[in-house]
Amino acid sequence: MTNATVTKINVNGTDHELKDVPGETPLLWVLRDHLGLTGTKYGCGISECGACTVHLDGAAVQSCVTSVGDVGNSKVVTIEGLSQHGEHPVQQAWMQHNVPQCGYCQAGQMMMAASLLRKNHDPSDQEIEAEMWNICRCGTYPRIRAAIKAAGKELRK
Amino acid sequence: MSKSTAELTLRELIEQNRLETEIRPDSNGVLETAVFNPLTRRTFLAGLSAGSLLLMCRVGRGDTAEVADASKVNADAFAPDLWVSIAPDGTVTVLAHRSEMGTGIRTGLPRVLADELEADWSRVVIRQAQGDKRLGDQNTDGSNSIRFFFDTMRTAGAIARTMLERAAAQQWKVDPKECYAELHQVKHRGTGKTLGFGELVEIARKLDIPDKKSLKFKPRDKWRYIGKDAPITDLTQIVTGRAIYGIDARLPNQVFAVAARPPVVGGKVKSLDDSAAKAVAGVVAVIKLPGFKGAPTFQPLGGVAVCATSTWAAIQGREALKIEWDHGANASYDTAQFAKSLKESVNRPGSALRSAGDAAKTIAGAKKVVKADYSVPHLAHASMEPTCAVADVHTDAHGKVTKCYLRAATQNPQAVQQSVGPAMGIPNDRVEVDVTLLGSGFGRKSKPDYCVEAAMLSRELKRPVHMTWTREDDVQHDYYHAISAIHCEAAVGDDGRPVAWLQRVAYPSIGSTFSKAADRPAGFEAEMGHTDLPYDVPNLRLEVCRAKAHTRIGWLRSVCHIQQNFAVASFVDELAHAAGRDPFEYLLDALGDDRMIDLKAAKLSNRGATAKEYPYDIARLKNVVRRVAKNADWARHKTLPKGRGLGIACCRSFLGYTGHVVEVTISRDGKLSIDRIWCSIDSGTIVSPDRVLAQVEGAAVMACSHAVFGELTFKQGRTVQTNFDSFHVAKMSEAPKEIVVDIVPSEAAPAGVGETGVPSTAPALCNAIFAATGKRIRDLPIKNHSLSWS
Repeated sequence: MTNATVTKINVNGTDHELKDVPGETPLLWVLRDHLGLTGTKYGCGISECGACTVHLDGAAVQSCVTSVGDVGNSKVVTIEGLSQHGEHPVQQAWMQHNVPQCGYCQAGQMMMAASLLRKNHDPSDQEIEAEMWNICRCGTYPRIRAAIKAAGKELRK
Repeated sequence: MSKSTAELTLRELIEQNRLETEIRPDSNGVLETAVFNPLTRRTFLAGLSAGSLLLMCRVGRGDTAEVADASKVNADAFAPDLWVSIAPDGTVTVLAHRSEMGTGIRTGLPRVLADELEADWSRVVIRQAQGDKRLGDQNTDGSNSIRFFFDTMRTAGAIARTMLERAAAQQWKVDPKECYAELHQVKHRGTGKTLGFGELVEIARKLDIPDKKSLKFKPRDKWRYIGKDAPITDLTQIVTGRAIYGIDARLPNQVFAVAARPPVVGGKVKSLDDSAAKAVAGVVAVIKLPGFKGAPTFQPLGGVAVCATSTWAAIQGREALKIEWDHGANASYDTAQFAKSLKESVNRPGSALRSAGDAAKTIAGAKKVVKADYSVPHLAHASMEPTCAVADVHTDAHGKVTKCYLRAATQNPQAVQQSVGPAMGIPNDRVEVDVTLLGSGFGRKSKPDYCVEAAMLSRELKRPVHMTWTREDDVQHDYYHAISAIHCEAAVGDDGRPVAWLQRVAYPSIGSTFSKAADRPAGFEAEMGHTDLPYDVPNLRLEVCRAKAHTRIGWLRSVCHIQQNFAVASFVDELAHAAGRDPFEYLLDALGDDRMIDLKAAKLSNRGATAKEYPYDIARLKNVVRRVAKNADWARHKTLPKGRGLGIACCRSFLGYTGHVVEVTISRDGKLSIDRIWCSIDSGTIVSPDRVLAQVEGAAVMACSHAVFGELTFKQGRTVQTNFDSFHVAKMSEAPKEIVVDIVPSEAAPAGVGETGVPSTAPALCNAIFAATGKRIRDLPIKNHSLSWS
């Protein structure tokens, strides 16, 4: 064993010190297995499905291909930190449109949608399709599209 | 009276081919659900005194989602049966015993009970049941949940309501007929007096359970929740990231496991060097898993598991394993070759499962015969959450297993008990299974091989082990949807209508997963889109042909309808075009006069349902075809320019009826856009309309995804695809842009929904592609064909 190493990360506004977690460990597994934040989901491990999407300084990244050692001083936000009690306009729109079926991919979908809407409050269908490449096997795409438009409308108010 | 494998239903097949018999079966076998065999007053009171609901029925430990405050389910509760209890504070707790994988069933069935009870939905708490055979069927597949338990839930609600009404009558010293429940209160008709449900608990729990015959049910027009929408019970938990799935289940001191499984089904470890794996930081143990004996059933595949302090460490440990495999008998499996053999198989006579008149003779003497061969490849379930479970095996001082506790993403907790029990050498009722939410299942999570793996590892390590399948494991070691070939042949008269229909199918049977002898499609498989042919044809011959399995075959949402209705509903479109007729009008014509298909004559099991309750009603099938054509404005299909097209198809599946119209636009260079899909669905009485819409929307997306991209191939016995980069699943940009669903209002008995939306989508899509381009897709997936036109 090498000497104990400590990795510092800030997640949802809280500083964490991780002991003996190799820097190349994907952020996904640090969040889930070390910090107990299981809202961020594993889907593929190769950035193909988007289920593990989190925010790094506000931008959507796939935590399955983001090494914890590369996070540095960036602020990580997960679904648990997107809002206190689900009051983010994206979460509200998701509930109003009853988007989830099994719900497993929806944290990643919402994190992606929140990032898209931060940049663009009024995305076109083409812009939504280009940004929202997350996989939903239940097929909730029509409702995701509708919910993003509704959340955008709310943000434009 | 033993039936041959080919005659069994899927449930019988699983039951009969369970690897073992229980170590200590209960002497009485399965108890009927409490509703039909109410607990005696004695056991009822015994249950209450020792913790009521918790003792009478295994209730989840409660990390599935929002659960009752444990103090509310206490000895003072009124719990007339397994399904419902009412606490003195009025909180109604309803048991959800089917698995929630996205259909909304954890909300739907409890609402049926709450409706009949006249409970205030805002005061209802839902608890997830553990695996417990006293609850009856918990295998959440086959689109059965509402059909199987609609009456059970209504009866349970009516029993509780009746007892509360009688309790109020006793309190007021009036005739019970003058008392009626309304929204969590019982009211007295004469005086207007009221008592809350909670206030009646003390008296109600001492009353006798009413005879089922004495129950009065609410008339349909008084239904409060059935047929009305409510948010799913887990909605807030899901959107805030707090919902717990199998992959999120945690037990104190658990380790995380992943496994390297034989790349070829039936393979074994020849040699193992685990020194590098053990050196990976965080790795706790490397353990060999035994392979299956006989047919695969729900036994583990074998291989080598790595247990570690995090999932990532386990994955790294697995990477470092050096394993030499003995690949075994399936090492030459090659789907390109196998597809050819299936096509040859269906072009030779098979064994007829349904026939009428003389199809062969009519075809031989016909002026005009139309023929087509279709094929569909293997498909994977690819649930967003791979299979996951955590197991905690307890042993005594001698190392003998005494019990096993699991939290699992499972569609069938009783199958977990029946598989883990024998593997651990303990009675099934010593296997305690909590059901988490499922990150979908589609049939994969009815097969608990992963739960057995977790238990085996926990027994070795003497601590809880969480088994996670990575996506690579999921894609490479699934119970696959079968690869298939279908041959269709029809003699047509001068008017273009079919006068004889010969059809043959070949695909490895689901039976092969349970019995090595299975070598052709079974009756229950053929009945899903093949032998249940709805068309009115005087001369029929519907055959099954030989096909051996070389991998594990399973059931995937809508099962054999995927390939069989694709062929049947494409072929009728081909016949329409061959006759130069409008496909919609031709389809109605081929369906023939309004009539009930004679189930006996056609040898159809009708999913075990009676013809009286669930007739095979051609009028209902024609009705959804007409409705969907109207909604899609079918008549405009003639005026669409080249490159745009409408396609139509229909199906009766899982006792429900669907018609689909798909509209496509295809660019000259062959780029496909699925612009809109319309579906009309008649599944009888509907409990949760919005969830029916959601299921049909999702079914359309999944069916299009499979039709356009779905393909799982094998070379040298192993899958070519390993993850979502190679087993492509439709993303939003590739999915239908808009899906318009029309639910046919109906008071018929509730039929299936979850799978019913799938079968007529793919053929409608391919029929639309033909209308747009003149290109007929007979071999899925569509991506393998150029759709360009000029």
